[in-house]
Amino acid sequence: MISVKNIIKTYTNGDIETQVLKGINLEVQTGEFLAIMGKSGAGKSTLMYQMSILDEPTSGEITIDGTDILSLSTKEKTEFRLNRLGYVFQDYALVPELTAIENIMIPLLMRGLSTSDAREHSLLALEDVGLSHRVDNLPSQLSGGEQQRVSIARAVAQDPIILFADEPTANLDSASSMNIIDVLMELNKRGQTIVMVTHEKEYTLHCNRIVFLEDGKIIKEEKLR
Amino acid sequence: MWTSLRVGYLLGIRQIQRASIWTTLLIIFIMMLTFLNLVGVSGVLVGLIEGSVAANRNQYMGNVFISTPSGDPYIKDTNSIIQTLGNIKEVKDFSPRYIERATVEANYKTRRDQNELRDSVGSSVAGINVIKEDSVTGLSRYLVEGEYLNSNDTGYVLIGAKLLQKYAADFGEGFSTLEEIYPGVKVRISSGEKTKEYIVKGIVDSKVNETSLRVFMVEGEFVRFFDRYNLNVNEIAVVAKDGISEDVLKNIIVKSSDSRGFAKIQTAEEAIPQFLSDMKIAFNILGNIIGGIGIVVASITIFIIIFINAITRRKYIGILKAIGIKAGSIQFAYVLQSIFYASLGSATGVAILYGLLVPIVAKNPINFPFSDGILVAPIDDVMIKVTVLMIVTIIAGFIPAWMIIRKNTLDSILGR
Repeated sequence: MISVKNIIKTYTNGDIETQVLKGINLEVQTGEFLAIMGKSGAGKSTLMYQMSILDEPTSGEITIDGTDILSLSTKEKTEFRLNRLGYVFQDYALVPELTAIENIMIPLLMRGLSTSDAREHSLLALEDVGLSHRVDNLPSQLSGGEQQRVSIARAVAQDPIILFADEPTANLDSASSMNIIDVLMELNKRGQTIVMVTHEKEYTLHCNRIVFLEDGKIIKEEKLR
Repeated sequence: MWTSLRVGYLLGIRQIQRASIWTTLLIIFIMMLTFLNLVGVSGVLVGLIEGSVAANRNQYMGNVFISTPSGDPYIKDTNSIIQTLGNIKEVKDFSPRYIERATVEANYKTRRDQNELRDSVGSSVAGINVIKEDSVTGLSRYLVEGEYLNSNDTGYVLIGAKLLQKYAADFGEGFSTLEEIYPGVKVRISSGEKTKEYIVKGIVDSKVNETSLRVFMVEGEFVRFFDRYNLNVNEIAVVAKDGISEDVLKNIIVKSSDSRGFAKIQTAEEAIPQFLSDMKIAFNILGNIIGGIGIVVASITIFIIIFINAITRRKYIGILKAIGIKAGSIQFAYVLQSIFYASLGSATGVAILYGLLVPIVAKNPINFPFSDGILVAPIDDVMIKVTVLMIVTIIAGFIPAWMIIRKNTLDSILGR
């Protein structure tokens, strides 16, 4: 599904060059729930940004579902993200002026669905995350855990081939965090491929595999099931 | 394209709907002021001159002004032209005027010392058909003292207020004026060897110099005093019937009359004094410059509003891009907001302009030395300015959105 070969990412600030990823090689299989772990500054989020086409590596190769994503134009990358990928961000990343259902509908409308179809899909997605009673609430009227669940609903409503989750529990209390992990687990059980960045081991127990990063390199892999 | 617009519309509408009502009202208020600055200032500037042109037309020239060609003493074969005017159905009325230069002297009976300067002024004397003149220019409405002339008032004159010291004190020392003139006082009018006493029947005042710097007498008396027995007049003010344009009437008169170059036939617009024509051009340029500055201010206002809006929402713009929303949709959302602010600002401005400002200024004209200034805001001109404002606003809304959207998606999300 995802093939990452010899990825190097270097940030330049004036004369100072900082190599954040130092030749990463990684494969993610269809239906896998992969956790990327590491201390702060290890490069785990940077790796996820490269894999999810939000950033471009300095060198290396990335293919997703057979597509060489680094050869895509900006427009093609946007369409690829819209049609093939789903994102869950650390701080929920909901548009504050849109209600829960509208936040989910927006990418669906962008894909060309009619308003009624987009609404129907979005309602189902909200039901899946247990928020069918919060359809018309604005993000400011939802708790952190609820906002993150809306964010997951937005990602999965598009039926993505891979769901990228960047520290989805970082801003939540433990009860809400477990709830989010349960939602992700349930999605994975239904066949959803998930790549999750986290620094909390307890939330990786249900993953298939954990990749440990340190100083821009994979130092260890752990297969759980 | 349609999908992008649909998504952009939803994003834009929701941003407008869920923005602070006070912020929205403030932006609309600023846009309204910008619009009024754009239309109102140039409208007042042009209105000062238009007021003067209108006053010249209404109080002096009529719609078409027939005058003496340069170098001629009067309009030769006046009778033929007057007969022609009487037969043109588009002519509502006309007033022929005889004009001669003369000296008007006052207080000559109380002047004891022959070395003392005479209390006199040089002036144009107009011989008028009092009924026709009143019908064409409403001369009687400009009486500030005394009464209007009757057709048989051979020994009476009306005198322009600016020839009198008490009305023209502001004109300064360089202008001669008559002192102690009021209805019933006698003045002496001299032309060449002829001199005759007349009683001042009334004083007329207007911002049109041809009214307030002239002496008026009945035409029969003029003919006798100035020996104008050929009955050739110097000017004819012609008024068109309602709905007939000045150009049309002028062409009809030119075609109908065989003036053989005996008369200069012009529309009121063509015949306005050169200084007014020059000022009109200058004020138009000034109005356009001020309007242009207004447009720049409007565009900068919108640019700042949209830029601040977009920069504070940079993270969300990044997120929208990350989840696959096209740049065009996000840009359209901001352009839509610009259109919303500009439309409501302009609409409020138009309502205030036509519902409040134009009627108020029309009722209370701006007192200008040579005119009663009005607020000129022709609908076609206003619509052009609204369109220009909208176009500028769209561009001013698009540029900051484009600037923010083209930034790296990840940098936007992470606030780098």
